[in-house]
Amino acid sequence: MNPIYLEAAVVVLGLVLLMAEAFAPKVEKKTFAWLAVAGLLLVLAATFFVDTAGLGKAAWQRFYAVDAAAMFFKRFALLTTVLVLIMSVEYVPVLQRYISGTPQGGGVAEFFCLPIFTCAGLMWMASAIDLTMVFVSLELVTISFYILVTFTRRRGDSLEAGVKYLILGALSTGFLVYGITWTYGLTGQTALAKIGPALAALKDQDTAIFFAFLLIMVALGFKIAAVPFQLWVPDVYQGAPTPITAFLSVGSKAAGFIVMLRILDVFLSVPALVGRIGQVLVLCAAATLIYGNLAALPQTNFKRLLAYSSIAHAGYLLITVASVLPQAGGSAPVLPAGETIAFYLAGYLLMTLLSFTVMVVVANYAPGDDIAHFNGLHQRSPFLAAALLIAMASLAGVPFTVGFFGKFYVFAGAVAARSWLLAAIGVVSVGAGFYYYFKVIRAMYFQPPAPGQETPVLLAQPTKLVIGALAALILLLGVFPQPALDLYSKGGRPAPVAQTR
Amino acid sequence: MLYLLVLIPIAGALASMLGVKPRQSALLASLAMLALSAFLIAGFAAPAPEKFRYLASFDVVAAIDLKMLVGLDGLGAMMVLLTSIVTVCAIQLSPQPKHSEGAYFGSLMLISAGCQGAFISLDLFFLYAFHELALIPTFLLIGIWGHGDRIQAAWKITIYLALGSFVLLLGLLGLYVSLPAGTRTFDLTKLYALQQGAGGALIPVGEQGWIFLTLLIGFGILISLFPFHTWAPTGYAAAPTPAAMLHAGVLKKFGLFGLLRIAYPLLPQGAQAYGNLLLWLLAGNILYVGLVTIAQRRLDQMLGYSSVMHMGYIFLGLASLNVIGQSGAALLLFAHGLSVAALLGVMGDLRERLGTTQMEDLGGLARVMPNLCLFFGLALFASIGLPGFANFAAEVLVFFGAFGATPVNVNGLLNFSPIQWAVIVALWGVVISAVYMLRAFRNIFFGPLRDAHRQQVDLAPAHRWPFALLAAGLLVVGFYPKALLELIKPGVQPVATTKVAQN
Repeated sequence: MNPIYLEAAVVVLGLVLLMAEAFAPKVEKKTFAWLAVAGLLLVLAATFFVDTAGLGKAAWQRFYAVDAAAMFFKRFALLTTVLVLIMSVEYVPVLQRYISGTPQGGGVAEFFCLPIFTCAGLMWMASAIDLTMVFVSLELVTISFYILVTFTRRRGDSLEAGVKYLILGALSTGFLVYGITWTYGLTGQTALAKIGPALAALKDQDTAIFFAFLLIMVALGFKIAAVPFQLWVPDVYQGAPTPITAFLSVGSKAAGFIVMLRILDVFLSVPALVGRIGQVLVLCAAATLIYGNLAALPQTNFKRLLAYSSIAHAGYLLITVASVLPQAGGSAPVLPAGETIAFYLAGYLLMTLLSFTVMVVVANYAPGDDIAHFNGLHQRSPFLAAALLIAMASLAGVPFTVGFFGKFYVFAGAVAARSWLLAAIGVVSVGAGFYYYFKVIRAMYFQPPAPGQETPVLLAQPTKLVIGALAALILLLGVFPQPALDLYSKGGRPAPVAQTR
Repeated sequence: MLYLLVLIPIAGALASMLGVKPRQSALLASLAMLALSAFLIAGFAAPAPEKFRYLASFDVVAAIDLKMLVGLDGLGAMMVLLTSIVTVCAIQLSPQPKHSEGAYFGSLMLISAGCQGAFISLDLFFLYAFHELALIPTFLLIGIWGHGDRIQAAWKITIYLALGSFVLLLGLLGLYVSLPAGTRTFDLTKLYALQQGAGGALIPVGEQGWIFLTLLIGFGILISLFPFHTWAPTGYAAAPTPAAMLHAGVLKKFGLFGLLRIAYPLLPQGAQAYGNLLLWLLAGNILYVGLVTIAQRRLDQMLGYSSVMHMGYIFLGLASLNVIGQSGAALLLFAHGLSVAALLGVMGDLRERLGTTQMEDLGGLARVMPNLCLFFGLALFASIGLPGFANFAAEVLVFFGAFGATPVNVNGLLNFSPIQWAVIVALWGVVISAVYMLRAFRNIFFGPLRDAHRQQVDLAPAHRWPFALLAAGLLVVGFYPKALLELIKPGVQPVATTKVAQN
């Protein structure tokens, strides 16, 4: 099967569901969510039947890659969207409280359809190897997020988050376009494969090239929540509907990293710039780690905590990106950077979505999203408490969880590249991480439930299944990471992404 | 078969957590574990050509030669036996938790599973990872069922251990990436073979220094090496009795075991370069912490500090860099594990029944609790290092080994080498520990009996056999240390051979 049908199928699915919702108002709204889940799962299954080897040299391959990295991140986007949609079903009670909906449940179905378009955008981003393609797919993602973030429009927080996201998102788009313009002006090309050689052939244009690189990195920095472009993160994460927060933190970040790796590879073909680019990456990684972890320490709101944690994890991933350029005396990397990042993000997907799902379920019993909401969860639902315990342990990096394996690879990369500064900051960050993630465990196990909140937490069967599966996967991949690694390294043609260095 | 050693306690933990008679399933699992370790040790009676027995492995990440490789040599077997004995005693002596019994015993069994896993692993990664299995159970055990300022203590111990373990991880990764290209592996048996082939310089000499230092700090935090020791006394005092027994008796020994298994055999030059630094630190353990111990007024705090202090002797044995001293250190791991577990067991029993461990509030208890007094006395004399107990045999070896590490200068009266000075300091440590131990013994068990305690009864019969088991272990090894020394000799051998090779 030709891979370009995958995105097409996703877009068609979204359109059909939107139309169906408009013409069949009597149908139970949750049906659309389950239809969307089923459709996306079908597409996910189809990705395994894509014929990547037998493709010729079709014209669209100039802007659309079908390498292993692309396939991996397409599946990543599909799985994320499926899990977000399941989470959204649990979120319906909150949703109905905050949207007007003249007929009962009006406007809910769009909440299930819009993420499908985001998903298509994320999948295109995974394959984008042309700057215009990067821009268009990125905008598809961002614009659908503008709507989703403000979806609970009767809640002030959500509107505030939406405005902040809109303004800063537009700003970052501006940076991206400006950077693309500079690159085009310098080389006359938009295809990444051609920009590299064209840049390398330029004489005495280092500063201009570096400027273009910085502009593009600023735009991507917004997407992956790297310091100093992280200011929007806590407010938007806190204000957005919880499933959308999860979607933002996982999907948006993953797509940002794959694009960043592809573009980085291009600019590294200019030998004179390698040193400067290395410095920028190290600085950015160090600042992101320090800021994310230190600012997470005093948080009392669970969503804000996970927002800072999202920044912190961007920092760990940036360690790997920075380790692509070894310091003096560095030795061969333990694992290619692309594979490390893919594995880390796979783990991040599991643990972050698990945390947010538990949050959504618990918040249905008492509105709000403070860590205090988890007080005594151990007594109210040992199952949920154990699942969230596993998620927090994995986020902190306790061995035998997928999160630890991710950190293991990150640190292995840093040590092999001799990035002592980043390794040292990384260790201190991990120590801080243990504190703020374990605050949640403390709430669940050490504190008694709030008065009036002693009732057991009940779970719908599908949600229970998803939570159980996510927790089990976190532990399983923590002991046998090979399947996840294979999915990246054997998922198609060898990826050119930053592997040569 | 060796995997069973980890799977049995995990099965016990799962059964407990699911609420199947928690105490009984935990006890059953730990007894099965003890039987299995006895069986495994019995296998060592027959000589075998290969160093590691019961090898088993499966690949985890083949690309970086990471596999779950397990196997036992005498040193590992001794640690496995120690873990099993202490686990059985800890479970049996455990007071009844006030609530969530399943999670309580489940957490204890998970700590035990982690220890067993670390001691049988012959792979750098899993040796490390298994130790961390204790992290969350410890946090929960202290935070939920702990004593005193439990939440504070839970934070402190968790963050210290997490930080220490990530420093350790950096060191292990440093070791891994410094291996010559093409030979990168986490497999310890391969590393030993490579090291022998390279004459002790498998890792470039220039790299050995920082790797050794990182490992020393990482392991040192886990062992409570001065000045990274402050988590230990508060943690042990706040932890529920069985958790403290497992931690002080077994888990803390992991760091020393790791130094003996990894750092000394693979980084001999690094070990020499930082030998003097280690001497300063261990002197801090013995003298500074020893004096702090004397100042303690509460039995739980005192035992916590004393266990930190005794780590100094083990470090001294390691620093000797010869077979005698390091065998002594290995033997002391076992001896100290048993004696501190017994002491903490007595402390827990007193705390549970009398509600206090403040030494001024106690006294004359020997009259109402003769058996408890007997066991406390035995463990205490072992801990001081009285002849006839395992600790004595081990400490003598440590002192002899360390003093003989450098040639003895017969010409000058005070012409000692640094390590000989450290031995002299350590000998005073014996005096210090005699002072605080005997004083505690007198304060608690002799003198006038408090009126409030007249109605107290002796140790419950069900609690007698664990103490008897611990005391028997101390006495048997004390009178016949050769049995264990023969067993652990091959384990400390690589260190000695690498030393010979470089001479």
